[in-house]
Amino acid sequence: MKLTTRKFDALIIGAGGAGLRAALQLSNGDARVAVVSKVFPTRSHTVAAQGGVNAALANVLPDSWHWHMFDTIKGSDYLGDQDAIEYMCRAAPKVVYELEHFGVPFSRLDDGGIYQRAFGGQSQNFGKEQAARTCAAADRTGHAILHSLYQQNLRARTHFFDEYFAIDLIKDEAGYVLGVVAFEILSGEPIVIEAKTTLIATGGAGQIFRTNTNSLSNTGDGMAMALRAGVPLEDMEFVQFHPTGIAGRGMLITEGVRGEGGFLINSEDERFMERYAPQAKDLASRDVVSRAIAIEVREGRGCGRNKDHVLLDMRHLGADMIMKKLPGIREMSMTFLGVDPIEKPIPVFPTCHYSMGGIPTNRDGQVVVPVKDTPEDPVPGLYAAGEAACVSVHGANRLGGNSLLDILVFGRAAANHILEFLKDNRYHRPLPQGSVDQALERLSRWERKGDGEAVEPLRQELRKVMEDHCGVFRTAEVMQEGVDKLRVLRERIANAVIRDHSQTFNTARIEAMELENLMDCAMATMCSALGREESRGAHSRVDFPERDDERWLKHSLYSLLDDSMDYKPVRTQPVSVESFPPKKRVY
Amino acid sequence: MEFSIYRFNPDTDSAPYMQSFTLPDDQIEPGMMLLDALLLLKTKDDSLGFRRSCQHGVCGSDGMNVNGTNGLACIMPLANLKAPVVLRPFPGMPVIRDLIVDMDNFYRQYREAEPWLINDSPEPEVERLQTPEDRDRLDGLYECILCGCCSASCPSYWWNPDRFLGPAALLQAARFIEDSRDQATEHRLERLDDAYRLYRCHGIMNCTQVCPKGLNPSKAISDIRRTMIKRSV
Ligand SMILES: Cc1cc2nc3c(=O)[nH]c(=O)nc-3n(C[C@H](O)[C@H](O)[C@H](O)COP(=O)(O)OP(=O)(O)OC[C@H]3O[C@@H](n4cnc5c(N)ncnc54)[C@H](O)[C@@H]3O)c2cc1C
Ligand code: SF4
Ligand code: SF4
Ligand code: FES
Repeated sequence: MKLTTRKFDALIIGAGGAGLRAALQLSNGDARVAVVSKVFPTRSHTVAAQGGVNAALANVLPDSWHWHMFDTIKGSDYLGDQDAIEYMCRAAPKVVYELEHFGVPFSRLDDGGIYQRAFGGQSQNFGKEQAARTCAAADRTGHAILHSLYQQNLRARTHFFDEYFAIDLIKDEAGYVLGVVAFEILSGEPIVIEAKTTLIATGGAGQIFRTNTNSLSNTGDGMAMALRAGVPLEDMEFVQFHPTGIAGRGMLITEGVRGEGGFLINSEDERFMERYAPQAKDLASRDVVSRAIAIEVREGRGCGRNKDHVLLDMRHLGADMIMKKLPGIREMSMTFLGVDPIEKPIPVFPTCHYSMGGIPTNRDGQVVVPVKDTPEDPVPGLYAAGEAACVSVHGANRLGGNSLLDILVFGRAAANHILEFLKDNRYHRPLPQGSVDQALERLSRWERKGDGEAVEPLRQELRKVMEDHCGVFRTAEVMQEGVDKLRVLRERIANAVIRDHSQTFNTARIEAMELENLMDCAMATMCSALGREESRGAHSRVDFPERDDERWLKHSLYSLLDDSMDYKPVRTQPVSVESFPPKKRVY
Repeated sequence: MEFSIYRFNPDTDSAPYMQSFTLPDDQIEPGMMLLDALLLLKTKDDSLGFRRSCQHGVCGSDGMNVNGTNGLACIMPLANLKAPVVLRPFPGMPVIRDLIVDMDNFYRQYREAEPWLINDSPEPEVERLQTPEDRDRLDGLYECILCGCCSASCPSYWWNPDRFLGPAALLQAARFIEDSRDQATEHRLERLDDAYRLYRCHGIMNCTQVCPKGLNPSKAISDIRRTMIKRSV
């Protein structure tokens, strides 16, 4: 069989906000760029983002990028890299204005400026009064951004490979990444896409947990590809549980509801967040609010027949405000719960939402790995951005509205660096056939027939193991058991089979390959969590309840080889301002 | 609960057929959506093909024809459906496999509508201003998720898929014509002023009835016509 081969300057895997922002920069920079996505671009997960994107525009309340930087570092529980955070917060206003110029239909203030709302963990003056920093298009900000970026890419004539599934990276002996082996979902035909640079923008891995707010397509494919190419994953133990997923179902109710004045109540009708965060109350950081809800339920103050959730009340906001600023939330609540939030509160519970960890990069988006004495040596030709990457700006806990910002700022930064790289690397390097064959083998493995377990029950089991052994509260004993269970599952997945062996749009095969990727991400998460013997941000150890800066102010690095852990220092030095040293975190 | 599902796999089938599936009652939970049911049926037959992603009506992946009407499986409560639930791919679009259709033509029409903001005046360092009232005019237009439910229910689209733009693309055209920041209104109207592109719409309203986001392409189309007439006099 002759293998189709295509050649581009720059390849982007993933057409969410990160991928499309990078693609636009590259297309406008006259590079030949290809975007590969397993779903049609506007169906990428970014479309689901609701609340908004942070930038210190000061349209509503006084603000500065420096306050934004402080909040982000504090929110990260001091694990974020301060150089990258400074870069992101400084770039934020420019990136949002650009979005506006691209056509994003932001909600507007009376003076015609971009509407901004309050979100959790935001403050003025380094921890004082609440700030309003989140730029919003009603509660459909992700949709508005993703569609506008796709539209501008159409205008710029970016080359799209829609509904192509990337299998594995191509890497040569010298360590250069030279593209990807993928297959066209429609025909099942494999294809080699050669490129001088490859950007991974494949999003998060929220599907490793049973209840989550994520799209079914968020299976951590890019993270697993990086692992298989010998790149360790950074800080995978930090999984954000969003405080307000619809109880039992997982759909997200944006933090914007609390930003607009909604609050949480327990079975005693008490606004319990006042006890946990006297100043910020319902707008404390997400890790803080999620833990508070879990504790309320554990101590018997949950609502409903099974006392297993709390309520999010927004009735006092009034019908006008809800219909104008939170129409999508109302629609979702009525569809899935038959509850109109204008009349009744919504049952909520913490739900797996976001991967703080991911592929380690520097602030130019270059993927960096430890080599001998340098903890951060760039992998030539390989970049990552968005939820798949770990720059790290979110550290141990991401602030709401900072992910859309992250994907845009670093999608753009990576593209700028790629344009530089292309100037010095004018020619394609020879294609290493061995690497291509290895990837093809991962595809043909699923042609195996005969007896074997099916994919879907294995996937369900995996997600259950993660929920039971790596949830909001963690202990060594429970996680060790989790690792053992995952090891067994890994063997079983290696022997699984699918029944459908046809070529045309074979969704069974895609799900099988996604399961392999989920498996790698789950193992990375569990091993990293077991390794970190302290509580920080979203990672709460019952057996190590305190933050331990002495031993643990460092990033975790998990490698596929022997499931081993390594660590590297946090970058506590910003680019131009003074460092914010770790302090006790109170809200 | 009984389902009757359109099956066709070009690799193995010479013609499409309807296949019966049963979802045992003990697997049905209150509040379940049609997509949840399909995902369960797929555990029994992994060859059943359909697209899906977000599971809550924002990505537009899982449009299909359900008991004769187009909709998104992920936001259709099972409790509201009459059994046997008859599932077919979108009418008027080529079938790739089972419930999966080829949407290339739909996307081509979208591109034909030039769905991007055009404003060639020098870029300010900050945002371009827009009054809340001007912004309000985009409500009901910008929220489209490109699911295709509307175009796949439009008889004019079925008969003239190559020349009539269809409701979804025309809604996009309206979204940019209405945007106070866009400077290409003239150009947009000129491109649409054609016996087919716009004028094949006969106001049948199927599009508006099926839109899962509650949008009104039919009204958007008549608004474009009105603007066009105003300009020409
Ligand atoms: C419900 C919800 C609401 C949110 N709201 C907010 C918010 O208000 N503010 C905020 O800042 N953040 C929010 N977030 C977080 C934010 O939306 C995401 O972190 C962000 O959109 C991720 O963007 P991305 O570009 O990295 O990846 P995605 O948008 O997830 O895109 C991934 C892309 O990679 C492609 N891909 C993946 N694997 C493969 C493969 N193997 N082959 C080919 N292509 C592949 C996919 O097709 C897709 O195009 C929210 C998240 C959720 C779940
Ligand atoms: S109103 Fe026009 S676009 Fe809508 S279904 Fe009828 S003919 Fe088609
Ligand atoms: S107008 Fe409605 S039905 Fe048509 S594509 Fe958009 S969201 Fe779907
Ligand atoms: S799965 Fe996204 S719209 Fe139904």
